[in-house]
Amino acid sequence: MATLEQSAQGSDPAESTDGVRRRDFLNVAAVSFAGVGVVAVALPLISQMNPPADVLALASTEVDISKIASGQAIKTVWRKQPVFIRNLTPAEIKAANAVPTSELRDPQTLAERTKPGKTNWLITLGVCTHLGCVPLGTGEGENRGPYGGYFCPCHGSAYDTAARIRSGPAPSNLVVPNYEFVSDTTVRIG
Amino acid sequence: MSFAWARPYEPKSGFMRWLDERLPLPRLVYGAVGGGYPVPRNLNYWWNFGVLAGLFLTIQIVTGIVLAMWYYSSADGAFHSVEHIMRDVNAGWAIRYIHMNGASFFFIVTYIHIFRGLYYGSYKAPRELVWMLGLVIYLLMMATAFMGYVLPWGQMSYWGAQVITGFFSAFPLVGEPIRVWLLGGYAPDQAALTRFFSLHYLLPFVIAGVVVLHIWALHIPGSNNPTGVDVKDEKDTLPFHPFYTAKDGWAAGAFLTLFAFFVYFAPNYMGHPDNYIPANPLATPAHIVPEWYFWPFYAILRAFTVDFILPAKLWGVLAMFGSILILFFLPWLDRSPVRSGSYRPVFKRFFWLLVADILILGWCGGAAATPIYVAISQLAAAYYFAHFLIILPLISAFERPLPLPDSISSSRLHGEQKEAAPAGISPRRGATAAAE
Repeated sequence: MATLEQSAQGSDPAESTDGVRRRDFLNVAAVSFAGVGVVAVALPLISQMNPPADVLALASTEVDISKIASGQAIKTVWRKQPVFIRNLTPAEIKAANAVPTSELRDPQTLAERTKPGKTNWLITLGVCTHLGCVPLGTGEGENRGPYGGYFCPCHGSAYDTAARIRSGPAPSNLVVPNYEFVSDTTVRIG
Repeated sequence: MSFAWARPYEPKSGFMRWLDERLPLPRLVYGAVGGGYPVPRNLNYWWNFGVLAGLFLTIQIVTGIVLAMWYYSSADGAFHSVEHIMRDVNAGWAIRYIHMNGASFFFIVTYIHIFRGLYYGSYKAPRELVWMLGLVIYLLMMATAFMGYVLPWGQMSYWGAQVITGFFSAFPLVGEPIRVWLLGGYAPDQAALTRFFSLHYLLPFVIAGVVVLHIWALHIPGSNNPTGVDVKDEKDTLPFHPFYTAKDGWAAGAFLTLFAFFVYFAPNYMGHPDNYIPANPLATPAHIVPEWYFWPFYAILRAFTVDFILPAKLWGVLAMFGSILILFFLPWLDRSPVRSGSYRPVFKRFFWLLVADILILGWCGGAAATPIYVAISQLAAAYYFAHFLIILPLISAFERPLPLPDSISSSRLHGEQKEAAPAGISPRRGATAAAE
């Protein structure tokens, strides 16, 4: 207690003229270092919630598209998300190309959303860009909405035959994932 | 909280005053672990282990909550989910090794804490309930640790669950139905694993609740101290903050360094390699022992090999539970009014004999059950009970304790002017400075 009382009276020999004591430095250093420790402990506890290695390893999937006739679509799964693969009819391609891009909310041409020479293969995520529902339109007889592409039943977003947003609350077109044609009948997504 | 000179909480800002009038939480903290809780000024390093136990409980709860985000309590998936945590989850290996070694370290600090209480007589009046609540925490810790050890569903997990639940089958008539009820089957399987996981998640929070009672009961008389003499006036105490927060912080840093050594350099030192083999209900590992912290009790269990009125199996189980239950009666078995072992020359010798006895029991419990180890266990187990039931009551009747200091401050400040003086200043000047 003696040292405490002395320092309170300002008679501590370790005190410099500006009123800063050596003990203040020790206090600041100790508490700062404890803070560094807390951050070092928090980082792994936070980072463990990121996708683990086995989830990241499911990065690509191969799909056989030989059985998809013109005008049909299938749903497949990539990274646990639905992917739509649609074989567009010539009429659907024509309808998509007929729309001026200036009229679109998220301007993109069909050619930009497909691979060269394979414009009939429209491959998009089946995840509505509004709040993540799976739009209708892949199955036979499902509601394809006023623009003939996909229609999201949750909040009424309508996509056209190039899966571009045309009406409803969704902000952007259905996302085109990275993919490549391994052969004429096989496509690798991811 | 406990002494008349405890400084009351004074809010430093308008907001804190506003808060204090509505929800006096800062006042509670200040009075419990702040400047408003006076603590004997002479506590030595053995008194750090209570806070360290609280630290390890916190580490176990935090890492356990994270592990439960990835673990599946499924008999088919549990083992693989643990391997998945080890290999795929970000920092999963560190979190699991911290949890695994944290359990061992929780027991290390708790055992030191218990032995400190035994040596310094912290179980005596008026702290009997502090002691008994501590024993309740210890029993809950053992249940929690056992069930946690089952969760990875390796070979030692499985056979541990089989053996421990088998204890209950020792009781006549009701034993076997109780065992089947505990397991939800005839052998450990899905039902047992799921309920163990549920309880393993629940019990640490129950422990935390009993810890609150333990500290509450402690703060009524305040901490015991190495002299065992009651606090008499303000000279005998220091405020908890900053004196003991700083000392506990230092001890936590030192002990966590040791902990980090085990986590990062010897994470499986205290485990069993067999637990990295998936559970197989058809093959028991050749050498089956519990985790090290149960070894003394395991030795007592195995010490009974002959039927005497009751079957040997039942004697073993009763003795094992009895070895802990007997501690609940310790405040009344040791009748000596002197608390600290430092002033009890006979008690002190027998205290160290007890420590050696428990270490021997632990050594036997970890070894294979060969006749020589069983014979040593029998002697050591007999001595364990004799210490509490015969030796302690006799010592308290016949021992002549050393004279106690008048007060804590007189024991600490008995003319060591040289030590009390600031460095580089003569003792005489130091003495006058202290008197100011």
